[in-house]
Amino acid sequence: MGSEQQYIDLYKQCRTMIHEHSSDVMNSVRDEAFERFASAGFPSRKVERYKYTDIQKLFAPDYGLNLNRLNIPVDPYKAFRCDVPNLSTSLYFVVNDGFYQDEKPKGHLPEGVIIGSLKAFATTAYYNQLAGKANDATTDLNTMLAQDGLYVYVPKNVKVDRAIQVINILRSDVDLMVNRRVLIVLEAGAELKMLFCDHAADDKNFLATQVIEAYVGENASLDLYCLEETHHKNVRVSNVYIDQQRDSRVNHNVITLHNGVTRNKLDLTFSGEGAECQCYGCVIADKHQHVDNNTLITHKVPHCTSNELYKYVLDDQAIGAFAGRVLVEHGAQKTSSQMTNQNLTATKEARMFTQPMLEIYADDVKCAHGSTVGQLNDAALFYMRQRGISLEEAKVLLQNAFINEVIDMMQLEPLRDRLHYLVEKRFRGELNKCKGCQLCK
Amino acid sequence: MLEVKNLHARIGDKEILKGIDLVINDGETHAIMGPNGSGKSTLSAVLVGNPLYEVTEGEAYFNGKNLLEMKPEDRAHEGLFLSFQYPVEIPGVSMTNFMKAAINEKRKYQGLEPMNAAEFLKLMREKRKVVELDSKLANRSVNEGFSGGEKKRNEIFQMAMLEPKLSILDETDSGLDVDAMRIVAEGVNKLQTPETSCIVITHYDRLLEMIKPQFVHVLYKGKIVKTGGPELAVQIQEHGYDWIKEEIGEE
Repeated sequence: MGSEQQYIDLYKQCRTMIHEHSSDVMNSVRDEAFERFASAGFPSRKVERYKYTDIQKLFAPDYGLNLNRLNIPVDPYKAFRCDVPNLSTSLYFVVNDGFYQDEKPKGHLPEGVIIGSLKAFATTAYYNQLAGKANDATTDLNTMLAQDGLYVYVPKNVKVDRAIQVINILRSDVDLMVNRRVLIVLEAGAELKMLFCDHAADDKNFLATQVIEAYVGENASLDLYCLEETHHKNVRVSNVYIDQQRDSRVNHNVITLHNGVTRNKLDLTFSGEGAECQCYGCVIADKHQHVDNNTLITHKVPHCTSNELYKYVLDDQAIGAFAGRVLVEHGAQKTSSQMTNQNLTATKEARMFTQPMLEIYADDVKCAHGSTVGQLNDAALFYMRQRGISLEEAKVLLQNAFINEVIDMMQLEPLRDRLHYLVEKRFRGELNKCKGCQLCK
Repeated sequence: MLEVKNLHARIGDKEILKGIDLVINDGETHAIMGPNGSGKSTLSAVLVGNPLYEVTEGEAYFNGKNLLEMKPEDRAHEGLFLSFQYPVEIPGVSMTNFMKAAINEKRKYQGLEPMNAAEFLKLMREKRKVVELDSKLANRSVNEGFSGGEKKRNEIFQMAMLEPKLSILDETDSGLDVDAMRIVAEGVNKLQTPETSCIVITHYDRLLEMIKPQFVHVLYKGKIVKTGGPELAVQIQEHGYDWIKEEIGEE
């Protein structure tokens, strides 16, 4: 115990201010979240799901918060040109934790589709319905402090062809904590592709908490891509909650190219039969970077399929963790589940923790899991060198080959091409840091 | 071309080469035969700089340059090529990317610009014909899912692409059926010029009937114990190695 106290005090002192700059829907769950947070505090590393990331320590520093919602001057269009080329997207910005309102034309969205400020559009029917039951301190903290964010709604049977790209920009002149919130609602038969790109514009210490709740209706389809390219002073604690109804499909992709400390949690629940999810993770870390992916897939009902593939390449003293749990509940027959985590450690100092878990309470299921941690194949390296390929180049080729397996799984083609390019540059050491998104120019 | 003097090498604590002397001139083909475990593969591995082996004594010069001081990739750039006994599978790296990297690194070493894509693809097409390699294989990952024969043909294809000065074929005939062996041997013969040389490591004289060596060496217990002409290979095929062991004073 310790680091939660400053947040408890903060909430007590600033409760009115926080409420004033938010909306009734968001405020309606704030006090409950506070009560839960205040009594539970941050999890220690003895808590199973937080074994590999020291949350207490990450939240200990004294960050500033922009609870008064002062306008931070920024023109994201100037500051960022993080275009994934050839990707025809509808582009939106979230600056720190607020939806960036502008007058720029957004391209045509199908009728009834809403993409806008969470504060303005969130409804109690969905807001915090998944996150509120998660029993997770960092989620409760987000609920208690988040004042705005992004709301995405796709009505029944509407397909949004063009991918929606949201650039999350961290922009501040002082060390800053932001609490970002996203709510995605897909009605039955709706289809949506969303790409979140996280960037830090300033060389400050940032602590970003994020909660994404996604409701995927019957026969709906959601592709979610979360790409992080921040810097070594950035701490990211992300919690994603997805609920899938009957026959729905979800593609969840999380890519960490540059970061400081990252903790990504995914809780996905199959509430309706015949649903399917693919979860892909790609992590490239070096120096003292830390990336922890934690997933829980709950098969509540029969006939659902889940597939996970997470791949890490760790260099220098980087630390990676993957803990995946698949829970097949009583009666969830004919579940099919596959979980794979494969990791390359390039140095003796790089460390990988991997923990695939299956918990099965049904007797007619097909579940598999596996994980590997290894080094580049010496025989292959030598074979390449004998053909005249330098050791450095051979390593890049092999690392690329390793990580491309997961990148090639990603459905959004222009993003895939861009990732191939960025990852290769990354392995060549040509990308050291995301500074004002230079790397995307 | 190649001059090896009193070469000793070991893997771990085990000494395998115990003083090899070998001179190969331009345009010559040498066969190295010998019973299992005599050090044939070790010799080829040491010459191309496999880091698993440690040279403890002796010298090796390749066109006047000290081979043992060079990195494996530089030995390749200088024109040394090994057709592996067990070609390595490299999942995820396409043959095309692999060859492109190899060709362009060599060109860089020679101070040349990278080859343009059209030129490169043309070269690939031409050289594939040398060993009748299916274009489908060229689009796959390096050696992944190749049959034994395809792997060996792929080795000779790479040799054709890289145009080495000295090629070492380490049991390239093992695991090949008659037709595949003919294709491989013809491929190797097509690539021979008066300026290039070849070392053929083999157990059988069948390949040697097709790739006619001028010299046959017998390697035994880490030393070359006998050298002769092509007739030596025939004698070994007929009588085995016991008579050679007797000649050098073993039982």
